[in-house]
Amino acid sequence: MSDGAAAGVRATAVAAAPRVEAAVRASARDVLHRAARRNRLALFALAVLVAAVVAAMLAPYLPLSDPDAVDTANRLKPPLTPGHALGTDEFGRDLTARLVWGARVSLAAGLGTAGLAMVIGVVLGILGGFYTGAIETLVMRLTDILMAFPYILLAIAIVAGLGPGLRNAMIAIAIVGFPLYTRLVRGVVLSLREREFVEAARALGSTDPIILGRHILPHLLSPVIVAFSLDVGAKILATAGLSFLGLGTQPPTADWGSMLATGRQFVILSPHVVLLPGLAIFVIVLALNLVGDALRDLLDPRTRTS
Amino acid sequence: MKRYVARRLLLLVPVLAGVSIVVFMVLHLSPGDPAEIMLGSQATQADLARLRAELGLTEPLPVQYVRWLAHVVRGDLGRSLWTKRPVLAEVLDRFKATLVLTTCGLVLSSVIGIGLGVASAMRPHSLLDRGSAVASLFGASMPVFWLGIVLMVLFSLWLGWLPASGMFAPYGGGDLRDLISHLVLPAVTLAAASITIVARLTRSTMLEVLGQDYIRTARAKGLIERAVVLRHGLKNALVPIVTVIGVQAGYLLGGAVLTETVFAWPGVGTLMVQGILARDFPLVQGAVLVVALTFVLVNLAVDLLYVWLDPRIRYE
Repeated sequence: MSDGAAAGVRATAVAAAPRVEAAVRASARDVLHRAARRNRLALFALAVLVAAVVAAMLAPYLPLSDPDAVDTANRLKPPLTPGHALGTDEFGRDLTARLVWGARVSLAAGLGTAGLAMVIGVVLGILGGFYTGAIETLVMRLTDILMAFPYILLAIAIVAGLGPGLRNAMIAIAIVGFPLYTRLVRGVVLSLREREFVEAARALGSTDPIILGRHILPHLLSPVIVAFSLDVGAKILATAGLSFLGLGTQPPTADWGSMLATGRQFVILSPHVVLLPGLAIFVIVLALNLVGDALRDLLDPRTRTS
Repeated sequence: MKRYVARRLLLLVPVLAGVSIVVFMVLHLSPGDPAEIMLGSQATQADLARLRAELGLTEPLPVQYVRWLAHVVRGDLGRSLWTKRPVLAEVLDRFKATLVLTTCGLVLSSVIGIGLGVASAMRPHSLLDRGSAVASLFGASMPVFWLGIVLMVLFSLWLGWLPASGMFAPYGGGDLRDLISHLVLPAVTLAAASITIVARLTRSTMLEVLGQDYIRTARAKGLIERAVVLRHGLKNALVPIVTVIGVQAGYLLGGAVLTETVFAWPGVGTLMVQGILARDFPLVQGAVLVVALTFVLVNLAVDLLYVWLDPRIRYE
């Protein structure tokens, strides 16, 4: 049903509202139930994610050792050492503490870069899709040019210009990542622009900001949420990659990518200093991808996997 | 055909101009300018001013850009601040190693990916199909540099089957066998994620194509299954597959930076990272430009390949 028609029947709908609302709520619950049954794995992944986020947020209050406390007498201890459940790194720092504190940096970096890319991308996508002419040309040429570079390469080049560091790495990855959202949003807006409810809103004298905010933006929510949920994992991988190259988080801050990079020299004697941070990235990104896939099935019936 | 190629070449001009502007701007984003980097922190203001004037850094940016572009077009990418050698020679030297690695990665991901995808499509929901679905999920979630280290620990350190780093053995190596043994781990690492992406796309496209009427016709006229799947099925499924392989080529060129770092592969990726850490901007700029140009040309090649695969495209 289009928004214009919805406005027209609003008066009659008010009387039936409680019944309709109950029905909608029931069907929403039904859909969730069905999705949950079909996708136990995604629920498990969601639980893993929630646990990781909670642990990362509560890191200062958890009974962990200081992640930066150097203890050279106890360097490179294997996992299951008394007092160090996951062992220690090359400076004798407790790996459990560093992994949990590293989660703060890695998760925040993933969410932050994906969020920044999404905001820039969605705004440009709406502008490029809604306004024809110079704005559209400018937006599309910009995304064309950014997409003419291999993904990581451009991020590396931008970090080279801005200088190494987590903040600059995040900016670089967001710049490289926004064309994805611009393309997606522009495609949707292009088709919405011609629909009757937009025409109706315009005929009723709505201004562009109202049409964009009230009538177009709500239709973008589900594709953008799906893209975002799948993108956070990719962004965690990208920031970890830059940190691994020494271009992201700088020592002594713990972040999964930089832990991997510094631990690499000790891989022969103590593989765990490399395997554990990598495993952490892998598990979190895998969980994000599972949840993202489930969200897509839920929100976008067209791509539902059989 | 000629007109299509000409139009496609013409469309390259704005993209190349944009790429060159982005690459040029990267150097000018940086807080310190090349004069400061070249002279170091001990330099006096007068020295800095003189060098800036000499390098043309006092001119307006558009003027500097045009002058730089004029040099680039003639193949002059400047000199490395670090090795003092011409950047183009330095980059092309290392670029060979990167090309060897990415080409191998691309061949692996195309051959194994298409093979796996066709096999999965022929028996959907079989063990192989499910295994490949799980692998694609893992491939999208695994940091490529971590996979490289895991493979290295497994096959070089524990099993001792393959060398862990470099392109050739330091002593007594240098032949093709030596190269291949050094190439296996980096190429597999680089290609792993791409293989799974190509396999999944091939599977879904093939499933769609195998449901078409002309496939039923081909079967009905008594063709053997192999001919039906390969000649009638795969050939018609190739356009989207080639598209995704083209995208993968760019991913591999970029991902090579990480893989090269893990395996100390002497390619343009390791050169770029060293250049960034040494703040050698002309070198970084040159490396980025060469790789980006290669990527643009790969995309052009993919577009031209479409026309060969599907003659209908050229009339659009």
